[in-house]
Amino acid sequence: MRFIDEYRDADKARMLASQIRELCEPGRTYTFMEVCGGHTHTIYKHGLEDYLPEAVTLVHGPGCPVCVIPMGRIDDAMAIARRPEVIMTSFGDMMRVPGGQGSFLDAKAAGADIRMVYSPLDALKIARTNPDRAVVFMGIGFETTAPSTAMTVLRAAAEGIANFSVFCNHVTIIPAIKAILDSPDQRLDGFIGPGHVSTVIGCRPYEFIAREYGKPLVCAGFEPLDVLQSIYLLLRQLAEGRAEVENQYTRVVPWDGNRRALEVISQVMEPRPYFEWRGLGFISHSALRMREAYAAFDAERIFEVPGVRVADPKACQCGEVLKGVLKPWECKVFGTACTPETPIGTCMVSSEGACAAYYNFGRFTRRRIKETSRT
Amino acid sequence: MCLGIPGEIIELIPGPADLATVDVVGVRRAINIGLLGEGEVRPGDWVLVHVGFAMSKIDEAEAAATLALLTGLGQAYTDELEALAESDIT
Repeated sequence: MRFIDEYRDADKARMLASQIRELCEPGRTYTFMEVCGGHTHTIYKHGLEDYLPEAVTLVHGPGCPVCVIPMGRIDDAMAIARRPEVIMTSFGDMMRVPGGQGSFLDAKAAGADIRMVYSPLDALKIARTNPDRAVVFMGIGFETTAPSTAMTVLRAAAEGIANFSVFCNHVTIIPAIKAILDSPDQRLDGFIGPGHVSTVIGCRPYEFIAREYGKPLVCAGFEPLDVLQSIYLLLRQLAEGRAEVENQYTRVVPWDGNRRALEVISQVMEPRPYFEWRGLGFISHSALRMREAYAAFDAERIFEVPGVRVADPKACQCGEVLKGVLKPWECKVFGTACTPETPIGTCMVSSEGACAAYYNFGRFTRRRIKETSRT
Repeated sequence: MCLGIPGEIIELIPGPADLATVDVVGVRRAINIGLLGEGEVRPGDWVLVHVGFAMSKIDEAEAAATLALLTGLGQAYTDELEALAESDIT
């Protein structure tokens, strides 16, 4: 593995850390949000906070697709899945996410035909081989997975597969970032931009953050040095009085994104007027639904969906965690009532969730808990 | 789901479905390459695979780094690889 060292070099990390320290103005504190759950994972896995001066705080954002699905949508999906003619298909991450009436796994145990798939194309194949059943794909994810769902629908249309449909829960990252920027308890100095969402949408859509909110954003890769370098770039912008969108992850993210993927999304899907996000509430134009032209593949139109709203469990503070207001360990049920085995909140379910990342890399958790209890 | 797994294109599968065989750490599976530009990938190229679709072309160094990062994820990566191994989209 001759390539890895350049992204993992501890000396380089220390050098970057000292440059980061030099850029911090004495007496000033900096709070950056890492929007993407993948970054959260890197930060805790490699203990990056230990490299950072105390003046720099990282908070987690809403970029974990499973985490932001509201309980009501899971209950709606469950209502479809319980129909005898339906085979519900879903990514593995989704299986344990609790709705108001349990999770997909619970429903499966109770007899519903719910199958885990790796790709929406697997779901399409199940439809092809089970022509007498209605196969529904639970579409979740940001712009990283939305093109795949859209492309699968186009495939189904081209092949004339009539027993395939999508229960569309795809969400878009920009309105969520805007909602966080507009929230009154927000005190962010900049953003570590999501890596893979940006391979699809590119860097341009973030420009309003710099222009209208005066905050820098750096699209970042997932290696420890990528994240440190992005923090350095953010601090350098602030030190120089700039607020711009920069691309640290040029080796994967093109400035203009993936045009073909964007075209496919907008051919099949359109923005919903509003969508509920767990913890963040209703956000305008923040999710996608199937266009009228693809109504035949839209599970929401084909089946009666109750459209339930379920309040999050009282004890669960995923909302605050997703907005970056609370650290996972500050949640009342973290690690006690809520664990990856028996999650109460979504942030504990997905490996991309902030709480699961903290929980799995416990050494940091314990240290931070000690710190918190001292203050 | 959002990390994406690097895979090496082994061969393009002829037909209207835009498929190609990729090798992901020894696991060979068909994936869809329709989200990349026409003629953009050839055998020997590396792509980042998200839920069965090549989402971007990457170089070999990036592929190796990403694979190492994913291996470090432990269970999450194992789950993703197992899911990929069970995937059969052809």
